[in-house]
Amino acid sequence: MEFELSIVWAMIIAFAVLTYVILDGFDLGIGILFPFADSEQDKSVMMNSIAPIWDGNETWLVMGGGGLFAVFPLAYAVIMPALYMPIIIMLLALIFRGVAFEYRWKTDRWKPVWDFAFFGGSITAAFMQGIALGAIVQGIKIADRAYAGGWWDWLSPFSILTGCAVVVGYSLLGSTWLIIKTEGGIQAKMRGFAKFLGLGTLSFIGVVSLITPFQDAAYFQRWFSFPGIIFSVVMPSLLILCSWLLFTGLKKHKEVQPFLASLSIFVLSFIGIVISFYPNIVPPSLTIAEAAAPDSSLKFTLVGTAILIPLILAYTAYAYWVFRGKVNPEESYH
Amino acid sequence: MLENLTAETLSRMQFAFTVSFHIIFPAFSIGLASFLAVLNGLWLKTHDQAYLFLFNYWKKIFAVAFGMGVVSGIVMSYQFGTNWAVFSDKTGPVLGPLMAYEVLSAFFLEAGFLGIMLFGRERVGDSLHMFATGVVALGTLMSAFWILSVNSWMHTPAGYSINELGQFVPEYWWLIVFNPSFPYRLVHMVLAAFLTTALVVGAVGALHLLRDKADGAARRMFSMAMWMLIAVAPLQILAGDFHGLNTLEHQPAKVMAMEGHYDSHPEGAPFIIFGIPNAEEKRIDYAVQIPKLSSLILKHDLNAPLAGLDTIADEDEPPVAIVFWSFRVMVGLGMAMLGIGLWGFWRRIRGRLYEGKLLKRAAIIMGPMGFVAVLAGWITTEVGRQPFTVYGLLRTSDSLSPISAPAVAVSLVAFIIVYFFVFGAGTFYILRMMNKSASTPHLGLKDGPIRTAIAINQKAGGQHGI
Repeated sequence: MEFELSIVWAMIIAFAVLTYVILDGFDLGIGILFPFADSEQDKSVMMNSIAPIWDGNETWLVMGGGGLFAVFPLAYAVIMPALYMPIIIMLLALIFRGVAFEYRWKTDRWKPVWDFAFFGGSITAAFMQGIALGAIVQGIKIADRAYAGGWWDWLSPFSILTGCAVVVGYSLLGSTWLIIKTEGGIQAKMRGFAKFLGLGTLSFIGVVSLITPFQDAAYFQRWFSFPGIIFSVVMPSLLILCSWLLFTGLKKHKEVQPFLASLSIFVLSFIGIVISFYPNIVPPSLTIAEAAAPDSSLKFTLVGTAILIPLILAYTAYAYWVFRGKVNPEESYH
Repeated sequence: MLENLTAETLSRMQFAFTVSFHIIFPAFSIGLASFLAVLNGLWLKTHDQAYLFLFNYWKKIFAVAFGMGVVSGIVMSYQFGTNWAVFSDKTGPVLGPLMAYEVLSAFFLEAGFLGIMLFGRERVGDSLHMFATGVVALGTLMSAFWILSVNSWMHTPAGYSINELGQFVPEYWWLIVFNPSFPYRLVHMVLAAFLTTALVVGAVGALHLLRDKADGAARRMFSMAMWMLIAVAPLQILAGDFHGLNTLEHQPAKVMAMEGHYDSHPEGAPFIIFGIPNAEEKRIDYAVQIPKLSSLILKHDLNAPLAGLDTIADEDEPPVAIVFWSFRVMVGLGMAMLGIGLWGFWRRIRGRLYEGKLLKRAAIIMGPMGFVAVLAGWITTEVGRQPFTVYGLLRTSDSLSPISAPAVAVSLVAFIIVYFFVFGAGTFYILRMMNKSASTPHLGLKDGPIRTAIAINQKAGGQHGI
């Protein structure tokens, strides 16, 4: 019973993290692309395309952290100190970009400051999330239920590589989101960007995928022996399919297809990471079952989660629907 | 001096600093969200323009304050793990689920409907917009419910057992959620949030009344704030008293520190009004005290014996001076709130609420005092919990992450610089908005993201009004 419950919970946490990555991914991406806006009007349109929804997107980050604390307290207790610096920097960066949504409308003199805070906060948060990912893939040293590594363990060429990968990937999500939400010059510009960002994202995925199996013998084992080897064939095929959908969508000036294709690329990459990790929650040695809280905690939280997550998804979808359609550039000029 | 700054001290400073900054925003937004729901309801019911102006006015201030609350709150949800990993591992099975419920039942709710409340009135219509406004207010209260349950459990742990790994594991969820100090703390904090908001609204109303006695919106908010103060301040003093009695039952050492009772008083303890706690000599110097009053307040009997800190082992004592002073600041401000409520009520029954300058000036001075009282109250209860994180069971010194002092020193300095810069700017923008009259429809330079909806709605509202 315990085994099954912890697996259910691992899936829920993975779902929360994935939801965070794709939702906040596109709005952090818009922050990264912000300096490339041609005009004040384009900036307003970019920001307004996410103003009503970014807060909900970021709540999934709190869900990831809070959920981990609730059901895998040990994983929470070793990951956070291990990634002390990148996490603190990410949190500070999120502060800057979060307040920029309101602040930039309150001042003329300091508007460039908050515009820079929006860009700088977004790119820094994305980079740190990528670093955190790379550091976890490389493995976290644990002894006696505590982090046992050093203060700079998270920093390595590999984690810098994954950091850059996430920045480029989020920008791809941001640019394809803007293709849906905008028209005219800015849309054309984003379509152009999306091609390069798509190529960049796929290259990073390729490089990271090739290096990852060599970070740990267990990963190599997983991907190059039966049954994992099946994934080694299936996953790249699906990735090629999504890439084809992305680029044909861009070429044929489809509006929604590039965004969905980019999301799918993220989902596939995420599944790839999950395949590498299982049955660990924190590589190389902490398993899902070991990190899980007692059954009573898992059950108590599961009841509410099973009821509330569908509800949350429903009203989140409703909020997106309320603010559907192109952002009207006139709207913000009153 | 610097060598005394261990990772533990620095982590405590960092947590105290970030949580103190954070609590200011929810203390304001819990009250403000309910105020907005009331304003919007009154506007829909009466079609009185003043309510709509007030709604749009406070809504913009709410948006900025709420944004600051969100970003400073995300920091909190990660800091348990970064700096207090052992605490997280040990209490996670009990406290984690409560926090997860806070995220699921409060944060998502607020975030999901905030956009509709801020930007969506003309997209969804008045009824759904009212619904969204109500849901945001409900979300802020749900959030208070869960996080205060978590906090209260750290003061009065219940419904748990301890497993072979030294973790607290849940036995009875009902007892965990509704632990002994929770109902008192919840009521005390929610009332504090309402008072804080009422004081701010009252001060803004007073400011604009000083400039223009005929400012309709200012009159409306000043009057509403004064009603709120006279209704809530007495309730809060009552709730505080009950909370104190509960603390005496479960955390006597904290009450001893609050009262400044270093020594036991077998025949009725005095109430020390003021004095200087002397930690070395373990006494209160220059004490101004009323004999036996403390026994009367805490035991409802003049001659009831009260134990002092001499009955508590030194290593289990909280820092007396901080608790002693912060408690007095909180109580003093609570009395001042009641005073201003009574003053306003008296002038109202004499039909002179909007006349004269003295009450308005006093209301402006009291404007920020709710925040001061909230901080003082939290300092009293949290410092009074020391030297434990889970009272009596887990010491603060045993809760720390395996982190090095330089890393925490760097992050602490970064938090201090960023918080003062970012939240200083936000406070400045809020004050600047408050400085404009609510009767002027446009507050900022521009209104903010997608704010035409408001302008259009005001036109529509105008037609309703006619």
